[in-house]
Amino acid sequence: MDLLITFIENNINIIYILILSTFVGIEVIKSIPAVLHTPLMSGANALSGVVIVGAILVMLHANPEDYLALTLGFLAVVLGILNVVGGFAVTHRMLQMFKKKK
Amino acid sequence: MSVLLSIVYLIATVTFVVGLNKLGHPETAKNGNLIAAGGMGLAIVGTIFLHDLQVPTIIYVLIGLAILVGSILGYIIAIKVEMTKMPELVSLFNGFGGASAMLIGLVEFSKNADNTMQATTIVSGIIIGAITFSGSLIAWGKLNGSLKSVVKIPQYNSINNLFFLGVIVLAVYMIATGVHNPFLLYGLLAGGLIYGILFVLPIGGADMPVVISLLNSLTGIAAAITGVLYNNMVMLVGGILVGSAGIILTIVMCKAMNRTLASVIFGSFTVNNAAEGVNKALGTIKSTTASDTAIMMNYASNVIIVPGYGLAVAQAQHVIHELEQLLVKKGVNVKYAIHPVAGRMPGHMNVLLAESNVDYDLLIEMEDINPQFNNADVVLVVGANDVVNPAAHNDPSSPIYGMPILDVENAKHIVVNKRSMNAGYAGIENELFYNSKTSMLFGDAKAALTALVSELKNM
Repeated sequence: MDLLITFIENNINIIYILILSTFVGIEVIKSIPAVLHTPLMSGANALSGVVIVGAILVMLHANPEDYLALTLGFLAVVLGILNVVGGFAVTHRMLQMFKKKK
Repeated sequence: MSVLLSIVYLIATVTFVVGLNKLGHPETAKNGNLIAAGGMGLAIVGTIFLHDLQVPTIIYVLIGLAILVGSILGYIIAIKVEMTKMPELVSLFNGFGGASAMLIGLVEFSKNADNTMQATTIVSGIIIGAITFSGSLIAWGKLNGSLKSVVKIPQYNSINNLFFLGVIVLAVYMIATGVHNPFLLYGLLAGGLIYGILFVLPIGGADMPVVISLLNSLTGIAAAITGVLYNNMVMLVGGILVGSAGIILTIVMCKAMNRTLASVIFGSFTVNNAAEGVNKALGTIKSTTASDTAIMMNYASNVIIVPGYGLAVAQAQHVIHELEQLLVKKGVNVKYAIHPVAGRMPGHMNVLLAESNVDYDLLIEMEDINPQFNNADVVLVVGANDVVNPAAHNDPSSPIYGMPILDVENAKHIVVNKRSMNAGYAGIENELFYNSKTSMLFGDAKAALTALVSELKNM
């Protein structure tokens, strides 16, 4: 119990952000027309590539002699950026097709 | 962390919210995507350059190289892929994101798992990352057809759940004891990967979009957890946004298919034995030809086209547009009826038709088109089955009972293009095909539509 209270005390900002962002995410998506579900899923997927920031941090903090960390970090950056670039590019490609014809 | 970097992260976070919001409206969606992408780029560049660490040049070179390789690969895949392959592509990219989170956890566990809080975030990051990685790859394999078998072992779910419980117990043990044993770490990794496979493997093809959306949401949560570890706001908020948006999207999809999330995950459609005997009583099938259909459409004043996944499989989205233009030229009023789950995932059909330049305004969603079937002279159903099955309305024993469908049976004539009499995804008979107003135009969608177009041209 003490552990839980210290946890809450130390991380109250994060808890606030967590809860509020959850609501923002829900509200933003709630009333979306089915037409856009596929691009939206693809766009959200690109956003989850934000994990690349962590991968870069791993690399920045890695000791240049620590080959294991460097290799894993390198792979993490490659995969993360694949998710980001591929995700946004394919979403863009999809949305470009939704042009209104005059 | 420098103040400048904090500001950069703040801006990036705002672009994520604005971008996601704009993605929800047809007119602003494209801008929304670009805004979010811009924010992401800003966050990445900021992370690389705006820090106060002493970093040797070789690391910068490696990061630059990794970004270059990954960007080029990602861009090429995104540009090359066919639009019909979109669902599996989303799944594949999602798997990469999960793998990235998993690898970060692996590195950090040996370095930073000093207190319970850190160990918890790292361990859960590894598990969720591993599950999304292997699960997404399985979903990808299933959707592109390289993985076909649906595993059916008795008590499959119980075994699955027990296995997952085992993984959790191992994780809790590692967190509680704080042991830095590489053997346990890799055991945990393997456990997560295996569970991801077990989790997705038994889920049927029709439910795959729901699973992809769920896994997408999980990747977001993995990113958010990594954000907690680094106390990094852009990862935290970005991840949570995707996580919660993904859950909502998953639920919306389930609703459109009249399935609960639990039934998607824990059980595929139960084969209903009671319904089997009824098949013979349904009546007879009436088959028609392209020229007869062409004549019927030529003299119709209102035609509604119902496209389904069969259209996408046959790559017939361009021919159907040609057919539509031809009919419009002849003074026929043509509309498309889009069921929320037409295609392989919600909105997939819209993307496919948009690809072949079909006017956005002609695509009518289910609620709006249903009252219009009464006035339709001809309804052309191309490669759709379950979404037009009246059993959803009038057969309580049917597995799709209660699913909202397109009321095509209200039209004067119904022409159904299908390759054969095989049942749809749900594996159930469709009494619409036996309706006296229905005629069947058998054949591959592309071939049948091409024949239809050339017949119409000659009239």
